[in-house]
Amino acid sequence: MSKAIITVEHLSKSFILKHQQKERYTTLRDTLANKAKQILKGASGTSLQTEEFWALNDLSFEINQGDRVGIIGRNGAGKSTLLKVLSRIVAPTKGRITIDGRIASLLEVGTGFHPELSGRENIFLNGSILGMTKTEIKNKFDEIVAFAEVEKFLDTPVKRYSSGMYVRLAFAVAAHLEPEILVVDEVLAVGDAAFQKKCLGKMKDVSQEGRTVLFVSHNMEAVQKLCTTGILMQQGRLLEQGGIDPIVTKYLEVYASSVSTYEIAIPENHETIPGYAYQLKIEDINGNPISEVPIGEAWQVRVSFKLTKDTPHFIIALGISTLFDLSLRTTWTIAGDYKKGTYEVVFKNDDIVLADGQYKFVVGLSTEKIPFHYIEEAGFITISDVSSLTNQSQVVNTKSGILINQMKAVITKID
Amino acid sequence: MSKHKIVIEPGTENSNYWKDLWNYRGLFYFLAWRDILVRYKQTAIGILWSVLRPALTIFVMWFIGWLFGSSVPDGVPRILLVCAATLPWQFFSSSFSETSNSLIANSNLLTKVYFPRLIVPASTVIVCLIDFFVSFVILIVIMIFTHYVPDIKILLLPLFLLLALVISIGMGLYIAALNVKYRDFRYVIPFVVQFGLYISPVAFSSDYVYNNAKLPQIVKYIYSLNPMVGVIDGFRWCILGGKTGLYLPGFFISVAISILFLFIGIWYFRKMEKSFADII
Repeated sequence: MSKAIITVEHLSKSFILKHQQKERYTTLRDTLANKAKQILKGASGTSLQTEEFWALNDLSFEINQGDRVGIIGRNGAGKSTLLKVLSRIVAPTKGRITIDGRIASLLEVGTGFHPELSGRENIFLNGSILGMTKTEIKNKFDEIVAFAEVEKFLDTPVKRYSSGMYVRLAFAVAAHLEPEILVVDEVLAVGDAAFQKKCLGKMKDVSQEGRTVLFVSHNMEAVQKLCTTGILMQQGRLLEQGGIDPIVTKYLEVYASSVSTYEIAIPENHETIPGYAYQLKIEDINGNPISEVPIGEAWQVRVSFKLTKDTPHFIIALGISTLFDLSLRTTWTIAGDYKKGTYEVVFKNDDIVLADGQYKFVVGLSTEKIPFHYIEEAGFITISDVSSLTNQSQVVNTKSGILINQMKAVITKID
Repeated sequence: MSKHKIVIEPGTENSNYWKDLWNYRGLFYFLAWRDILVRYKQTAIGILWSVLRPALTIFVMWFIGWLFGSSVPDGVPRILLVCAATLPWQFFSSSFSETSNSLIANSNLLTKVYFPRLIVPASTVIVCLIDFFVSFVILIVIMIFTHYVPDIKILLLPLFLLLALVISIGMGLYIAALNVKYRDFRYVIPFVVQFGLYISPVAFSSDYVYNNAKLPQIVKYIYSLNPMVGVIDGFRWCILGGKTGLYLPGFFISVAISILFLFIGIWYFRKMEKSFADII
């Protein structure tokens, strides 16, 4: 069974990036002349400076039949590009891939769904797009419908579906694919928690039937549950390949745990909005930056932001949620009128004890109750399973749930 | 399992391309089926639009011809002369413009799933072909109303339809591939279609050009370079039982040009295909 089903040799993929040369124009006449020049030259492509960007750089690895491989790495490490090359959507620049089996890829949930078509019609359409034959779809039809829980709405156009129903139907079709190799990109980050669990279970079933699964995700928990081996990528290169647990540990060591300061990209529309957040720092209660918080220890988050105008009724909020997008808590500052300037705000957590794992932060800024800057994944916090001795009263069992704090429980004899 | 063995390498031609195309015929069928289903969803009169649009065009063309008193061969109802040209022209204009835009319209598919990209424009043409067959009803109705009985030549009609198909696929593939990189073609396509209407014998008859003593021979050859001239003249010749001329040298130029277009179209499409997902 340990026959290589996918062999990747010296795989590279480059993109050409174009940069426009920036010059200062003094007069309108110059501007126009330069624009005209640009248009003329633009056709031959010389005024643009080009730069080669290697999204994948000399990648070599083998995947054996029946392996469940988690591909992990930070944003921009080349994971999605790798999947696209493996799925034959984009062509590699160098190297060679040999795939020995029927491959199906699921890079997006609901590819090719048409809003005007009914659920029934979309099952057939989507199934055939994913590579199923008509007979296969017919045989699986009832199973798909039952899995998606949309029996009643089969003949309703999917544009009238709730987003949850839409995602369920889309995943249900994909989950019933039966290729020898299944390539999945970060598609579990949809739907509600219960459905995500169901999807993960289904994926596990699929892979236990001896199929090879390649799975990209930022959700380490899901990766660890599903995969047996892992590939860690960094800037288009393969950093390490091996068993999933050491790979995930390595990933957390290299990234999540070494980072306590997250820079937030300045929004593109920053000139039109009153301000923006630009940095998020995880600190211990004394203000020292830390990257990993021992379970039960108090921590705080420092968010720096800039107001470019005087902002009335300003509120900044911090939300914390699990990597499964389950919101745990949101804290709003008290509204106030703030003058133009640079500020920082500290959110202290000394009451709730979170279980070990990774959590992410959402930051939102608003004025007059209208949000103007919203950052989905502003930063991450890692809670590690080394309970400190100072918090023994709070932490009884670190695996008892997401919230570890104990409720007040009193036993009274009533009879 | 080895029958599914795939080797992915840069630059090399996929030797199984045509076999792959055959294997994906199910998707081809489903894409065409989707486009047909979607086309008239949430419309009150549905498929009637496929008849109404060409019918109105035919009526207007007929009215203008009647108003200006352009001549009609003996024993041929004017409206039939117009209809025989409008139907193939409408087929060409819709299939050419829709195939040209088909890749852009399906860009979400191109960037997320692998399949031979030829399927997208090909299934688009099929939808237009079905529209053409529906609108063909107009021709039959007109024949019944004018008590016109076509002769045996009408059996050659599929040949000219095939020619129209070849032209629209050839040009459509070429423009579709260009359109992926240069969206300028979005503006070129309507222009080509509009301009084509004036230089094709839809509102007039080719006999005016070919039998016109005032025009030098070279103009007649240039006129024949438009492959739709051959198609439309052929349609008229078949439907009207040879009462309009079919200028053979011109016709062969049309055929040669269409086949050339088809080869250039497929060659360029195949050449660009691998980079579609990168640049779309």
